[in-house]
Amino acid sequence: MTAPPGLPRAIPQPGGAPGGARRGRRPDKKQSKAFWIALAAPGIIWLILLFIVPFYAVLAIAMGQLNRLFESPIAVWNPFAWSSSNVINVWHDLFGATSFAGPIVLRTIGYVAAASVLSLLIAYPAAYFVARFSGRRKALFLILLIAPFWISFMMRMLAWIDLLQTNGYVNRVLSALGLISQPVNWLGGKWFTVVLGLVYGYIPYLILVLFAGLDRIDPALIEAGRDLGLNRVRTFVRVTLPLSRQAILTGMLITVLPMVGDYFTNQLLSGAANTSMVGNLIQGQLGTPGLEGQGAVLSLLLLLVLLVPMVYYVISTNRSTREAA
Amino acid sequence: MTATSAPARAAEPSGTTARTGLSRLLPRRNPWGHPWFLEGFTWLYLIWSLVPIAIAVLFSFNNGKSQAAWQGFSWRWYFTDPVNSVLHNPQLHAAVIQTVRLSVLTTIIAVPLGVAFALGINRWRGVTSSTFNYVMILSFVIPELIFGVAMFFVFTVLFTSVHLGTLAEVLGLVTWNVSWPAIIVQARLVTLGRQYEEAAADLGANQVSTMRRVMIPLLGPAIFASAVLVFSGVIDDFVIVDLLSSNASNTPMSVIIYSTQHGGNGGPALNALGTIMLAMSLIIAALGYVAYRWATRGERGSGIEALTTIAGSE
Repeated sequence: MTAPPGLPRAIPQPGGAPGGARRGRRPDKKQSKAFWIALAAPGIIWLILLFIVPFYAVLAIAMGQLNRLFESPIAVWNPFAWSSSNVINVWHDLFGATSFAGPIVLRTIGYVAAASVLSLLIAYPAAYFVARFSGRRKALFLILLIAPFWISFMMRMLAWIDLLQTNGYVNRVLSALGLISQPVNWLGGKWFTVVLGLVYGYIPYLILVLFAGLDRIDPALIEAGRDLGLNRVRTFVRVTLPLSRQAILTGMLITVLPMVGDYFTNQLLSGAANTSMVGNLIQGQLGTPGLEGQGAVLSLLLLLVLLVPMVYYVISTNRSTREAA
Repeated sequence: MTATSAPARAAEPSGTTARTGLSRLLPRRNPWGHPWFLEGFTWLYLIWSLVPIAIAVLFSFNNGKSQAAWQGFSWRWYFTDPVNSVLHNPQLHAAVIQTVRLSVLTTIIAVPLGVAFALGINRWRGVTSSTFNYVMILSFVIPELIFGVAMFFVFTVLFTSVHLGTLAEVLGLVTWNVSWPAIIVQARLVTLGRQYEEAAADLGANQVSTMRRVMIPLLGPAIFASAVLVFSGVIDDFVIVDLLSSNASNTPMSVIIYSTQHGGNGGPALNALGTIMLAMSLIIAALGYVAYRWATRGERGSGIEALTTIAGSE
């Protein structure tokens, strides 16, 4: 298979007749397949060694035992020798009489639900405005919407820590307006600081997904709604909202999934035990001798719970890619 | 520069009906009147989202130890302070270098790995390939903490010759970020179709030269975009490096900011560190945008499209 001399430099443009005259010999199927396999192989091996095997390691530790002397976890690789002691411990932590993890789980659900609903209420109008009404300033708005995406999460949290300090600008503005008589300790374990921190941290991702979804809606459909006599609100409810349902679902998913595993927002903006979330629980157990096995169980449980939304996301992404083809 | 290339479609609702003569004769109720409330709301959101960061950047130039009270402009937290500036504090200095090192290493490994994976998986149809495609997308959506826990255990229990530190961080970050090129390049392959490859094959090119001379140039923009996303993703990454770093010499900027600020007043040197991170990301983003526009210059499309691609939302 040598290339004939004078291989043309110009690449044929689409719209020509690609499958027209088949002059050259085509590579035979077998050789071709081997080539693709060889290309994909490094990535596949990498995923096996550093994605699939690590999760088996977590399973082996979760079902493993504890080295009593060093308080270190012993991984048990053979499924027939698995012990359930870690699982039982975690079960007691979650549902037992002296459960301390149960309230943390409920709090996590509450915080994440509140933060994601609030995010949607803020993100949707903004994304809707930029997608539909920003006109020639669309690129400007889009740059401003995307900017937080490029700014490190830690920097953005740091910004709020600066503002929320007892002598920070938030307290100063509020007391200048006469809304508070003495400075509020915003960073001292307040649940709404944590929820607002979560909203602030993850809303850029949601806005981008919503924008992409709303921007794709054909304006003619909305105009048709208006022409057929619906008012503005009803056009929105009957036309725009249903058409953006998929974007809302995807956007909520990609904000909820990381929020559930977040431990740093909470730690930075409150640091108090009365606002700690599941992420804090897992991260705390990771460095603690004797508790690492339970950390492994908890993170697997979390994975199990999140598997349904994750699989939904994977399938819907795959479907939309295939539809685009 | 981008404002002029915004698609005309975007400007349509507010412009078209108002300009016809007929609409002037009709009652003043313009069905597409500008939604001032929405616009005000959007600006409020933007102020809420960006002004705090601007203030934080400002305080990195504060001539005092406070992160909340302005005491005049200075560069002391960047260079001039002999002890606590980013330049002279060994921990902060090492953090900047570690972040750059991790970003470069991860991008160099993850991008070729992901591009090759995307090409191979996309053309090799079979149970194995589609299974691993799902695994790849799963690695994209799995919460970072759960992934980080798995990485932590695999390096402390199984692959113990990889100690926690730079090597573990790079391996973890590559696995976490390889899905960017894998997914973006696949999306581009789907839009390209197979016609270019078939044409090249018809003209007698073998597979390797088809790859090198046809596919890689066509995939250029997607490869660029994913490299930018990987690089800036590593700069911003926190969870994986937090779990996999072992001492001050391999702790990057995000972890330093977190561990110093947590529970106390870290001082404006942290704002300086954050500002350096921000500048790095924005420069990478701007370079990526320009490169992307340049690579797709012959194609239809807009600045908006380039922006959303660079931000990773196709």
